[in-house]
Amino acid sequence: METHTPLLKVEQVGIRFGGLKAVANVNMKLYPGELVGLIGPNGAGKTTFFNMLTGVYVPTDGSIFFKGENLRKQPPYKITKKGISRTFQNIRLFEELSVIDNVKVAYHSLAKHTILSSILRLPNYFSGEKEMDERALEFLKLFNLDQYRDDKAKNLPYGQQRRLEIARALATNPELLLLDEPAAGMNPKETEQLMDLIAFIREKFNLTVLLIEHDMSLVMGVCERIYVLDHGQLIAHGTPEEIRNHPKVIEAYLGEEVS
Amino acid sequence: MIKLKQTKGFWFSILFAFVLFTIVQIVIANAVINFYFVNMILTMGIYIILAVSLHLIIGITGQFSIGHAGFLAVGAYTSAVFTMKLGQPLWIGLIAGGLAAAIAGMLIGIPSLRLKGDYLAIATLGFGEIVRITFFNIDYIGGPSGMMVSQLTTWPWVFGCMLLTILVIRNFTNSTHGRACISVREDEIAADAMGINTTYYKVVAFLIGSFFAGVGGALWAHNFYIIQPSQFGFLKSFDILIFVVLGGLGSMSGAVIAAILLTLVSMLLTEYPETRMIIYSLILIFTMLYRPRGLLGTKEVTSLFTNRRNKKGGPKDGNTHTVA
Repeated sequence: METHTPLLKVEQVGIRFGGLKAVANVNMKLYPGELVGLIGPNGAGKTTFFNMLTGVYVPTDGSIFFKGENLRKQPPYKITKKGISRTFQNIRLFEELSVIDNVKVAYHSLAKHTILSSILRLPNYFSGEKEMDERALEFLKLFNLDQYRDDKAKNLPYGQQRRLEIARALATNPELLLLDEPAAGMNPKETEQLMDLIAFIREKFNLTVLLIEHDMSLVMGVCERIYVLDHGQLIAHGTPEEIRNHPKVIEAYLGEEVS
Repeated sequence: MIKLKQTKGFWFSILFAFVLFTIVQIVIANAVINFYFVNMILTMGIYIILAVSLHLIIGITGQFSIGHAGFLAVGAYTSAVFTMKLGQPLWIGLIAGGLAAAIAGMLIGIPSLRLKGDYLAIATLGFGEIVRITFFNIDYIGGPSGMMVSQLTTWPWVFGCMLLTILVIRNFTNSTHGRACISVREDEIAADAMGINTTYYKVVAFLIGSFFAGVGGALWAHNFYIIQPSQFGFLKSFDILIFVVLGGLGSMSGAVIAAILLTLVSMLLTEYPETRMIIYSLILIFTMLYRPRGLLGTKEVTSLFTNRRNKKGGPKDGNTHTVA
């Protein structure tokens, strides 16, 4: 394990919804450049954990540090600007917007032209919009999505929608990318393409990736370390090999052994 | 170098606007049509301003606000106070009406835009009623019997304000800020995750929308000799809402066309007072049956001319096959 400072440090984080403890006492450290998996049975609290990392939920216990900074009570859009971006379990594209506009929305924070200069069509409106357009097109080319640029996002094939969602998340220029079940609903061939894509973006963008996944072949194939969540608790953590043989993990997935 | 993207279309629109303005101006100045039709044209223009301003809030930003008559009332009364009580010219009344409505929009917007969907609708409906009842009880502006206002609204004023409203809202929509608003409409959680300050953009849309509703209100006040709180009930909000929904949520030209057509229909039907509302309602029902997404859907009239050349290969069938 690397010795330098972690990019993301999660300390004793937990959240309660009323009396329900959805997640409790989760500790996690992600180091720059790592690809880490987060697995667990349905309802284990994986997505809830993502929602806490991205500010959608405010944890009731513990704290989250990103690059040494406490993220407590930061709204989602600020957390995105700090460098954490995500995709969603059920694809959340801007369906009525074109493919290129989906990416341009992610570039919004970079815009130099204000509302007033947009309304008055000042020169920096034109240069700003043009720059965005060119950058977004370059970006789409990188993901082989440029052929769809003017299509509405909702009209893309399913696999391409996933691809676009990852592209859009990367357009915010994150250091940490959270992927929530990117292979959900994909056939084996598409899953394979996704694995290639993840390898490609890691190298290209110098990313740290945290991946929620159900597809074991994907997780075991690409992740360097794996955390296992069950009933809101971390029950194991280690290399894929260690996780595969961990008694508690086997128990969580397959049930207790009859003695 | 700055590249003007819509050069051709833009200049065409300017030319079209100029021709339209001149024709109507000549027609009015030479008394070709009677006062009744002049009034209809002015009303149409004001309704276009109101429809386009609500289009920004509902159609673009997706915030279902049904208290637009409240902003209309704030603009109407503020401008009337400035022109009638303080003796200011109309243009000051217009600006004051717009600003007052914008401030009201911000005051109502900041707390209530945390609400979503139906809840926001109820909150804005409540706001509209509060405004009406407040004006009802202020004696300075005439209370329930209302306020006499001189007829100062003329075609150049209406046309100028209408053009300004359309230009400002179009330019806003076609910028990164407009896209931010659309992303809020499409998926607020995803917009947030893309670094969009969703609350800020909702308030901005509310602010711009209510400003122009206030300007529309100022023109309204100076068109009908008298303003009364009862004119600004929730039915007025629904009238404006209908323009936006019938034109197609998300389509500005749709809102404009719906405002023109429905004003026309409503005016033409005044000759048949006993069946007027029945026919009007039937038109609404049949439009929604046959064009459930509105007259233009989310498209703009201009896209009928420009989009054709952008078409390329690739899947257009719209099949989103879900494998799961």
